[in-house]
Amino acid sequence: MSEFKEDVSIVLGGAAGQGIQTVEEILTHALKKSGYHVYANKEYMSRVRGGINTTEIRVSSKRVRAFVKRIDILVPFKQGVLSWVRDRLGENTVVLGEKENVEEEFLDKVNLVEVPLTKMVMEVGSQLYLNTTAAGLIVGFFHGDFGAVEEYIRKRFGSKGENVVQKNIEAARKGYELGVKLCEEGTIKIEVERDEKVKDEVLLTGTEAVGIGAFAGGMDFLSFYPMSPSTGVSTFAAQHAEEFGIIVEQVEDEISAINMALGAWYAGARAMVSTSGGGFALMSEAISLAGMAENPVVVHLAQRPGPATGLPTRTMQGDLNLVLYSGHGDFPRIILAPGSLEEAFYLTAEAFNLADKYQVPVIILTDQYFVDTYYNLPAPDMEKVKFERYIVEAKPGYRRYELTEDGISPRAVPGYGEEVVIANGNEHDEWGDITEDAELTIKMQEKRAIKKLETIKKNAPLPKLIGSENAKYLVIAWGSTLHVVEEALEKLGRDDVALLHFSWVYPLKPKVREFFEGKVLIDVENNITGQFAELLRKELGIEVHHKILKYDGRPFSVEEVLEGLKGVIE
Amino acid sequence: MNVQLPTGRELFEPKRPGSQDIAWCPGCGNFGIRNILISALAELGLKPNQVAIISGIGQAAKMPHYINVNGYHTLHGRAIPIATGVKASNPELTVIAEGGDGDMYAEGGNHLLHAIRRNPDITVLIHDNQVYGLTKGQASPTTMKGMKTPTQPWGVFEEPFNPLALAIALDASFVARTFMGYFKESVEIIKKAIQHKGLTIVDILHPCVSFNKVNTYAWYREHTYWMDDHDPYDREAAFRRALESDPLPLGIFYIHEKPTFEEQVPAYKKDKTPLWKREPKPELVKKFFEGKKL
Ligand SMILES: Cc1ncc(C[n+]2csc(CCOP(=O)(O)OP(=O)(O)O)c2C)c(N)n1
Ligand code: SF4
Repeated sequence: MSEFKEDVSIVLGGAAGQGIQTVEEILTHALKKSGYHVYANKEYMSRVRGGINTTEIRVSSKRVRAFVKRIDILVPFKQGVLSWVRDRLGENTVVLGEKENVEEEFLDKVNLVEVPLTKMVMEVGSQLYLNTTAAGLIVGFFHGDFGAVEEYIRKRFGSKGENVVQKNIEAARKGYELGVKLCEEGTIKIEVERDEKVKDEVLLTGTEAVGIGAFAGGMDFLSFYPMSPSTGVSTFAAQHAEEFGIIVEQVEDEISAINMALGAWYAGARAMVSTSGGGFALMSEAISLAGMAENPVVVHLAQRPGPATGLPTRTMQGDLNLVLYSGHGDFPRIILAPGSLEEAFYLTAEAFNLADKYQVPVIILTDQYFVDTYYNLPAPDMEKVKFERYIVEAKPGYRRYELTEDGISPRAVPGYGEEVVIANGNEHDEWGDITEDAELTIKMQEKRAIKKLETIKKNAPLPKLIGSENAKYLVIAWGSTLHVVEEALEKLGRDDVALLHFSWVYPLKPKVREFFEGKVLIDVENNITGQFAELLRKELGIEVHHKILKYDGRPFSVEEVLEGLKGVIE
Repeated sequence: MNVQLPTGRELFEPKRPGSQDIAWCPGCGNFGIRNILISALAELGLKPNQVAIISGIGQAAKMPHYINVNGYHTLHGRAIPIATGVKASNPELTVIAEGGDGDMYAEGGNHLLHAIRRNPDITVLIHDNQVYGLTKGQASPTTMKGMKTPTQPWGVFEEPFNPLALAIALDASFVARTFMGYFKESVEIIKKAIQHKGLTIVDILHPCVSFNKVNTYAWYREHTYWMDDHDPYDREAAFRRALESDPLPLGIFYIHEKPTFEEQVPAYKKDKTPLWKREPKPELVKKFFEGKKL
C-alpha cells in the first residue's frame, strides 16, 4: 500500500497535444472546489505536437506555492515520461496507469498501479476522453466533489455541445469511481485535510495575475508581437479587450509595439507591451527614447533563457542586466519582479501609476516559471488598488520639460489645455525644442539621471524580510523564487536563517544596506552569474558570501534550494 | 511667391525661444513645406492644440519645432507607430507623421507597410529630397540610379524605391505626390490628405540644395506634370501612373475609402471616449475574480 499525507505531488506527463493541460485544469479546479490547497506548474518543450510535457500538481492541507522535485504519483500518458523525470522518482513514487506507457527498464523498479485507462475510455466511446478519465481518477483518490468536476467540464466543453459534455462527464465518473475504489481497497491511501475557506478562493495563473493587474491599473492599450512565454498576457488582454474597452493590437514587430505604446502614453493613455528577452532587445532603442523624452511606458517581460532564442519554453532569471542597462545614455527606470501572484496583481496595477508619476519606463520582470504557475489565493482586493493620474492641463506658458527640484516636470497631453505639448528625443530646452547648449545639457542630464532617480529612490519600498531580524544568515532572492526559497527555509527550520525578498528590484533605496549588515549573505538566483548579486555590489557595495545558482532552464525546486542552503550552512 | 496667404497662419507660428533659429539650410525645400503645412492647417480652421505632428529623425523631422502644434520628435523611422499610438489614444486629434525619405522608406519601411494594412487615420508626409540630408548626402531609397554620393562614389546602382506604386499595390487609403515648388496645389493636396479618413501618404518632392545637385528646383519643374484627367478611384490607372518615371505625375493617385483602425477596434465601437480619458473598471476586475472562484 502507498500512503501519502498532507501534501501530495502528482505529476502528469505526455506528449504536447495529448491534453495534459485539460487534466491539469479539471483537477486543480475540482480539488480547489473540494477544499484542497492546490498548486500547479508545467514544463514543456518548444513544439506543438509530440515531445514530452509534464505538469506538477500539489494538493495540500496547507497553502502550497512552490515547485518540488519529488513525485508522489506519476501518471504517464506515453512511453518516455519515466526516463524524462528519472531523477525525480523516489522509492515511494507510485506510477499510475497503463503498463504500455512505462519503459521496460522501470517495470521492476517502480510501484506500478495498473489502471486500464484506455479500456475504460473505449467503453465511453473514444480515446479522446482519456484526460477526463485520468482527472476523475485522481479527484476520486481525494474523494473530491464530483459536482465540481461536472461543473468544470460543462464550462470547458459546453460550446462543443451536450453530447461532448455528457461523454466527458461519463468518462470522468468512471475514473472517479475507480479512484475511490482503489482507496477503499487500500491500494492507495491519501490523507489531506480540507480547508473550507479554500472553496471561496480564486485560482489564478501568473499570466492572469499580470493581465488582470494591468486592467486594474487602468491599462487602455496593449501592443505586442508574440513571443513565449509572454504571449499569454497579450492573449488574456485580447480576450478581455472588448469587455474592458481597451485596444489590443498585434503589430509587425517589437519595435513598433513599444513605439505605439509610447505614442499612446504621450497622448495620455496607459499602455503596456508584453514581451520576452529577445523582443525586449529590439525595444531598447525606444526605451532610450522613453528615457530622454520622459515618456512613461510599462513593459512586461517574461524571461526565458537566452542568449538569442535560447530555450524558448523554459525558465531563467537571466534578463535583469538587459532591462537594467537597456538603452544608451543615462536615464532612470523602475524594475519590478513580483514573487507571488498577489504581488503580480498589485505591482502590475501600480506600475501604471509609477510610470505616470515618474515618466519613466517601468519594467515588470516575470519568467516562464512564474507565468505558468498557478495556485489558489484569496481574491486580491480592488479597494487596495489606487488609480493615480498625474496629467496636468497645458495652460499658456506650459513647458513640458520644466526644470524642477525633484526632477519631475508636469506632464500635459495634447489637446488638454490651450497650449501645445512638445516632446523630444533630442536633448531639449524646457519647452521641448532641440538644444545643444552646454549648460542646458548639464541641467537636463542632471534632472533625469540624478534628481529624478533620487526622487524615485527616496520613495522606493523596502524589500520584504521573512524571518528574524537577528538571523545570522540572510538569504537573498528576487522575483519568482520567493515561494520556493520560503518553503525551503520552512523545511530547514532554523531561526538563524532569514529571507530578504526583492520585488522592487531597481532602483534601490540606500537604506536597504542596513538589512545586510553583519550577516552571512546567501544569494539564490535562477541564472549563471548572479545578476542581482552584481547589482547589489554595484549599487550598494554589498558582497554576497555564497551564491546558489541554477541555470539549466528549469526552475529551482524546494529540495534544491534546501540542499544548497544546507551546503552553505552546515 | 505671389500667393495670397490665408488668415489664421499666425496661430501656427511658434514663439518659443528654441523655434526661432531654424536649422535648415538657406534655400532648402523644407521651408516651403513648412509654409504649405501651415497654410493647410490654417485653411482647415484647426487649432494648434488639436493637431499633433509626430516626426522621426532627419532634417525634415525637425518640423515640430518650427510650427506651433503639439509635437513629438522621436526616433529615426519610428514616427508612424508612435503616431498610430497617439491617434488610437485620442482620435479627436489630427495626427500627422512626418519625416524624410530615409526616415519613412528605409529605417521605417516595415512600419509603413504595416500602417497601410492597419489604416489608422493619420497623415503621413514624406519630405522626399532623394537623399539623406542630416547625415550629409548619402543615397536614400529614392535616389536615382547613377547618382554619385560620398558613400556611393561609383554611382547608385540599386533600383529606386517607388513609394506610390507600393502604396497602391497594398491598397492604401490615400496616395498622392506633389512638388513643394507648387504652393497652392500642394496646400490643396495636404488639406485633402488631412481631411481624408484613413492613412494618407503624401510624397512631397523637395530639393536638397546642399547635397542633391541633380534634383534641383528646375529639375522638378521640368520632370513633373499634373495629372488632369486621372480618376483616383481607379486603382489600375493609379498603378499605371505610379509606374511612370519621367516625367513624374503629380496629384492624387489613389483613394480608397475604407474603415480605419480606430473605427474597427472594439474599444471604440460602443464608446467614443478617447482612451486617455477612460478610467479603470474595478467592478469588472471584481467580476473576473468571482469567475475565478469556480
Ligand atoms: C537609428 C538611427 N540610425 C541612423 C541615424 C542617423 N540619421 C539621422 S537622419 C538620417 C537620414 C536622414 O535622411 P532623411 O530621412 O531622408 O531626412 P532628411 O535629413 O533628408 O530630411 C540618418 C541615417 C539615426 N539618427 N538613428
Ligand atoms: S541638408 Fe538638404 S534637406 Fe537638409 S536642410 Fe539642408 S538643404 Fe534641406
